This record gives sequence, C-alpha cells and structure tokens, in this order.
Amino acid sequence: MFRGTLYRGHEGMWSWVLHRITGIAIYFFLLVHVLDTATVRIDPHLYNVVMASYKTPIMGLGEAVLVAAIVFHAFNGLRIILVDMTAWASRHHRALFYGVLVLWTVVMVAFLPRHLMHVFGG
Amino acid sequence: MKLFRLDRLAWIFMRVSGFILIGLIFTHLTVNLMQDGGVKAIDFAFVAGKLADPFWQWFDVTLLWLALIHGSNGMRVVIDDYVYRPGVKRGLFVALGVSTAMLIVLGTLVIFTLDPCPVGSPAELLPSFCSAS
Ligand code: HEM
Ligand code: HEM
Repeated sequence: MFRGTLYRGHEGMWSWVLHRITGIAIYFFLLVHVLDTATVRIDPHLYNVVMASYKTPIMGLGEAVLVAAIVFHAFNGLRIILVDMTAWASRHHRALFYGVLVLWTVVMVAFLPRHLMHVFGG
Repeated sequence: MKLFRLDRLAWIFMRVSGFILIGLIFTHLTVNLMQDGGVKAIDFAFVAGKLADPFWQWFDVTLLWLALIHGSNGMRVVIDDYVYRPGVKRGLFVALGVSTAMLIVLGTLVIFTLDPCPVGSPAELLPSFCSAS
C-alpha cells in the first residue's frame, strides 16, 4: 500500500506515515482557514458569527487534534532536516524519533490544560 | 542530465520553509490560542487590531505564502505517489495549482486591504481605537 518510500518497517515507517497524514490534514485545514479568515474582509458581524463556530466544545477538541498534528509534523520535520543534513543525526535517527515523541508530549502537556480551560471553562 | 533541477529546488524549499514555519506557526498558535482568552477571544476587533500593525501584516503574509506553497508542494508529492493514471494526475496537479494561487491572492488581499474601522458598523464590534477621535 505504501509504495514509493525509502523507509521500511519500524520507527522509520511510522514516522513517515504520521508525517504524511499530519501534513495532509494540516493542508486541508489551511484551505478552510484562509476562507474563514477572508470573511473578516466582508463584514465584522459575519466574521464573529463564523468564529463562533470555532468556539464550540467539539471544535475545541478539533483544535486540540490539529495542534497535536502540527506539533508532531514540526518536530518530526526538524528531525528529517537534521537526518538529511548531518551524518550524526542519520546515525541516530531512531533515537531522534523518540526525542520527537518526548518533545511532542512536553508541548502538548503545556498546551492542553490551558486550551481546554479556554474551551470548557466559563 | 538536466542543468536546472526543479526537484532539487523543491527539496531545498521544503526544508527551508519548514524550518521557518516552525517559528511562525508556534507564534501564531501562542498568540491566537494561548494568550488572554484563547480561541474565545478571537473576533473582528481582535483581528482588525492585529492587522492594523505592519508587523502582523508581514508576519501573516509570510505565513500564508510559505504554508500554502509548502503544503501544496507536499500534496503534489502525495498525488504523484498514489495516482497512476496520467490524465487524472494532470487534472489534480492543475486543480492544486489553481486553488493554491487563488488562496494566496485572496489571503494577501485580505491582509493588506482590511479596513479596521468600516463605516456603518456598530462601535462595539470594532477595535477601541476606531472611536478614539
Ligand atoms: C511546522 C513546520 C513544518 C516543518 C518543519 C515541516 C517539514 C516538512 C518536511 C521536512 C517535509 C518532507 C519534505 C520531503 O520529504 O521532501 C514535509 C512534508 C510535507 N509537509 Fe511539512 N512542515 C511544516 C509545516 C507544514 C504545514 C503547515 C503543512 C500544510 C499546510 C505541511 C504539509 C506537508 C505535506 C503535505 C508534506 C508531504 C508529506 C509527504 O510527502 O509524505 N507541512 N514537511
Ligand atoms: C486552531 C488554531 C488556529 C486559530 C484559532 C487561528 C486563528 C487565526 C486568526 C484569528 C487569524 C486572523 C489573523 C491573525 O490573527 O493574525 C488567522 C489567520 C491566518 N492563519 Fe490561523 N489559526 C489557527 C491555526 C493556523 C495554522 C495551523 C496555520 C498554518 C498552517 C494558520 C495560518 C494562518 C494564515 C496563513 C492566516 C492569514 C490568512 C489570510 O491571509 O487572510 N493558522 N488565524
């Protein structure tokens, strides 16, 4: 199914699959996001109505998933760049993948409580 | 062998743009989701206040162009991997290129032509500086 990749099995494949899925998801969000932001140019009231839909509990959870995807794609992208550029990183690409997961966890632990408080708190 | 390798340029662009996007997107998300009331604090007054500042105009335009070109170039690779019929592939490439160009033009216009104090709008929807004089 996943033809056309250099990686096979284990961490290499998982990081590649996740990088691709998160990239695609962020891309489709961005398409919608530029359009919803464009309503700001049409009418102040219209923009506020559109933004209200981003403030519901379900969208709040969606934003949490989106941020989780972006933070992973960003740190894993940085890992890909390093692995391509330096011999040291390509020797340690597996350890670096666990580093990505640790950094991702740290950022999400910092992000989630505050975001969920905004969404679900009064 | 070709002298001018478009693939190589795209490969470099993905890495350079990705590196810059980390700073831009993390800042964008911190200001819009973490600061003050987070997502609940976003409304016309908030956005108009931000975009009245040239710093945020250039910040947003850079984010817009880099994210859309990085994302659509990534989607080009994905389409290339999974779509085998040449006609379908070409159709998707054209659709991708056209929609990306349209969104870049639209987003750029929005950033640079937004009037923070449109006449006839109730003052409570507008940034506070609109009623200053
Ligand atoms: C946050 C900063 C980001 C970094 C560091 C980053 C980094 C990267 C890197 C290094 C690649 C691999 C390119 C290659 O193999 O030639 C890539 C692919 C990709 N990126 Fe990003 N990126 C970022 C943000 C984004 C954004 C905002 C989007 C969507 C709008 C996006 C969508 C994609 C897509 C669709 C791919 C192709 C995936 C594939 O071929 O499997 N990325 N990114
Ligand atoms: C749920 C998370 C997000 C929220 C609440 C949010 C909110 C906003 C808001 C309020 C604006 C208006 C201008 C400004 O504040 O600077 C904006 C514009 C923008 N955002 Fe986001 N954003 C989010 C995620 C993202 C992501 C992940 C990206 C990149 C992939 C992105 C890219 C942009 C761009 C390019 C613009 C300018 C659009 C234009 O040209 O009209 N945003 N966003």
